[in-house]
Amino acid sequence: MSEHIIPTRTYYLIWISLMCLTVITAAVAFVDLGQFNTIVALSIATLKALLVVLFFMHLKYTNEKMSKVAVISALFWLVLLLALSLTDYGWRGAGAV
Amino acid sequence: MSDSPVAVEQAHGPELLHHFADPEQQRAAASLGMWLFLATEIMFFGGMFCAYLVYRRWYFAEFAASSRTLDIWLGTINTIVLICSSLTVALGVRAAQMGKRKLLVVLLILTLIFGLAFLGIKGKEWSDKFHEHHIPGPQFDAGEIQLNGHPVDARSAQIFFSLYFAMTGMHALHMIIGVFMFVILTWYAWKGRFNQRYYTPVENCGLYWHFVDIIWIYLFPLLYLIDRKK
Amino acid sequence: MSSVAITPEREHYLNKEYGISSWLLTTDHKRIALLYLVSITFFFFIGGFFALLIRLELLTPAGDLVQADTYNKLFTMHGQTMIFFFLIPSIPAVLGNFLVPMMIGAKDLAFPRINLLSWYLYIIAGIIYLHCILTGGVDVGWTFYTPLSSGFSNTKVIEAGVAVFINGFSSILTGLNFVVTIHRMRAPGMTWSRLPLFIWSHYATSIIMLLGTPVLAITLLLVVFERAFGLGIFDPTRGGDPLLFQHLFWFYSHPAVYIMILPSMGVISEVVPCFSRKRIFGYHFVALASIAIAVIGFLVWAHHMFVAGMSLYAALIFSLLSYLVAVPSAIKVFNWTATMYKGSISFSTPMLYAFGFIGLFTMGGLTGLFLAALGIDVHVTDTYFVIAHFHYIMVGGAVMGYLAGMHFWWPKISGRIYPEGWGRLAALIVFIGFNLTFFPQFVLGYVGMPRRYWQYSQEFQVLNVLSTAGSTVLAVGYLLPMVYFLWSMRYGKLADDNPWNATGLEWRTASPPPTYNFDETPVVTWEAYDYENMPLPQEVTLER
Repeated sequence: MSEHIIPTRTYYLIWISLMCLTVITAAVAFVDLGQFNTIVALSIATLKALLVVLFFMHLKYTNEKMSKVAVISALFWLVLLLALSLTDYGWRGAGAV
Repeated sequence: MSDSPVAVEQAHGPELLHHFADPEQQRAAASLGMWLFLATEIMFFGGMFCAYLVYRRWYFAEFAASSRTLDIWLGTINTIVLICSSLTVALGVRAAQMGKRKLLVVLLILTLIFGLAFLGIKGKEWSDKFHEHHIPGPQFDAGEIQLNGHPVDARSAQIFFSLYFAMTGMHALHMIIGVFMFVILTWYAWKGRFNQRYYTPVENCGLYWHFVDIIWIYLFPLLYLIDRKK
Repeated sequence: MSSVAITPEREHYLNKEYGISSWLLTTDHKRIALLYLVSITFFFFIGGFFALLIRLELLTPAGDLVQADTYNKLFTMHGQTMIFFFLIPSIPAVLGNFLVPMMIGAKDLAFPRINLLSWYLYIIAGIIYLHCILTGGVDVGWTFYTPLSSGFSNTKVIEAGVAVFINGFSSILTGLNFVVTIHRMRAPGMTWSRLPLFIWSHYATSIIMLLGTPVLAITLLLVVFERAFGLGIFDPTRGGDPLLFQHLFWFYSHPAVYIMILPSMGVISEVVPCFSRKRIFGYHFVALASIAIAVIGFLVWAHHMFVAGMSLYAALIFSLLSYLVAVPSAIKVFNWTATMYKGSISFSTPMLYAFGFIGLFTMGGLTGLFLAALGIDVHVTDTYFVIAHFHYIMVGGAVMGYLAGMHFWWPKISGRIYPEGWGRLAALIVFIGFNLTFFPQFVLGYVGMPRRYWQYSQEFQVLNVLSTAGSTVLAVGYLLPMVYFLWSMRYGKLADDNPWNATGLEWRTASPPPTYNFDETPVVTWEAYDYENMPLPQEVTLER
């Protein structure tokens, strides 16, 4: 079997990190950082998501390239959707055809 | 490939379907299929994230004011509940990999308990919103939602709550499907269907569960933490 | 279930089992392909029936055959039936289902039960949609534009939306099955650069199905929620943006055009080398052009919205990006023609359809460039020019390719040869009928006839009569193949394993194939389209 078994210690470590990050993100929301509130909140969310994907979902350990390709292409397409929609919403009203 | 189908079945157990050459090919196919399915799920939620992005830019103040009416404690607790469930799933997959049947069953049941707890808390939040008339539609009442001491524009607040209910609703639907999957999984695990050679369903249901967790990891800051500072 | 035939018949996928349940519970990709064939043909004729009613109404300038609101329902249901229930599943679910495993030397798709599930989802969606048609229909246009669909229309939008939503999952599961199958199930020696181009185009199609369809699903679901529960995401009276619906809708529905045309291109890439007896010109370019179309196809959606009130800068960006799609499409057309150059061309039925495809697709594609240009688009938006353009792509392109493929692989599917003379005649009738129907519409649109009206000014009548006349010719052309295909199943000449002397793996097994496709797993040692020195069937290397 190609999957290798990860020691439980790793899982508990990731779990503790996720819990800490959750508490931090909730606490930071009450501190006034101006624009940075959003950036911090989303960065922490992305960090948490990465921990889950890489360790809980074994993406770090898998030797199947296609799993990574699937995730990356989905994210790429999501960015396409958001970015190209924003070409409209970024300049809406700046001149319609 | 030199084995006859019968020989393959005897060598590798009944899980190997006829059209695969060997168990490794079958496992790899199932894994790729699951990851591709999760990719489609990203795009499924992506449509709502796109709508959220557009309206949050347009109606930031109303979104912030409406977001403050959500219960941050329940939201945080639910995040923690889901993270715990992800841990039990990850440990469950590990137990399956090592062929520990009883441990697997215990961990799956723990996951189910966490999942149901999440849904219970979510149901409490929804019913609170219902009593506050924050459900979009003709009965919607922005009432006491304040923006700089003035009542907020009820129309834009409705957009926030439309997105809130659509996003958490779709997420909860995924959780409910997940709970059903895990009930079946627990049953199979109890019956001893899985072993060190064959635990693909545990692995794939686990991937699904983690994915639903990740969606919540984003929904939590996007819906609850827009602007909490007073 | 034994018959009293004198010589026992060879067992193949058609005669292995009999009875309803052997079909409805089958997991054999070939039988599921036939289930799809029957069901999409049914919906094709429903959609065609609506089309004929539309053309009949447009025979005269006055709105005399149907009321205005009935006409709205007719074009809505024509579009939705044809697009969601015929064109999108047509080639992938029938020919793709049948051929993808065989072409790569696999016994079945990776997930046979999911394959059957996707047919059932299609059928459930189809039944809901039929119910919607029979209980009053839907009138919001195939595009479901808000706020008409979410607030104002009093027809069965929810049912139609749910039907398309469910049908989307059928499409997603088909795409998922194809990608996994192509990645994981190839026979030994079947490397990526030896794959038939039909496989490459289905791979590209599946990418769109996987990454585009979910966005349509959630968008239609939000519309359904808006109607059913009063959510307000697209509602302008609450500050919602109807254009957001259009963005999300076209994010899928523009690439969906490539779901319809890419598989057809795959068919043409098989047919052209076979009937020119030449290796395809520029294999890698044709293969990668499919992927390029799938990717670039996602970057152009807002060219459907140039006059809808979106930002001018976005329109400029999308206009430029739209031109980009023409590049890989043109690469394909040039490569097919280069393949034919100095080939020994035979004018068999599939090749006639392929000729039709190349010509009509080129016209459809070039008029697409007109529409990508901002200035011209403002002039012809929502006129019959647009109608003619996309019918040249979807009917002249996709359906021609589908018919080419059906004729090319019919001997493999049924084990019988269709009557060649009738085949050529039908191909000719389809070509003439098609052009007579849709060429006048280019002119009509250019001189200003708007789409979606049940009556029109006097000066448009001559061209409309031509178009209606053409549509009846086209209908005859579509009925003929159905008749002689059915006829040939009983009376047609028995087909050899490889009646066309083609190179694909699917021709190296019996016609019709055994249940697991190959008696032995084939080992591929040759390049695709090796028509110069194609090994004869008995020389094929087989591994035990």
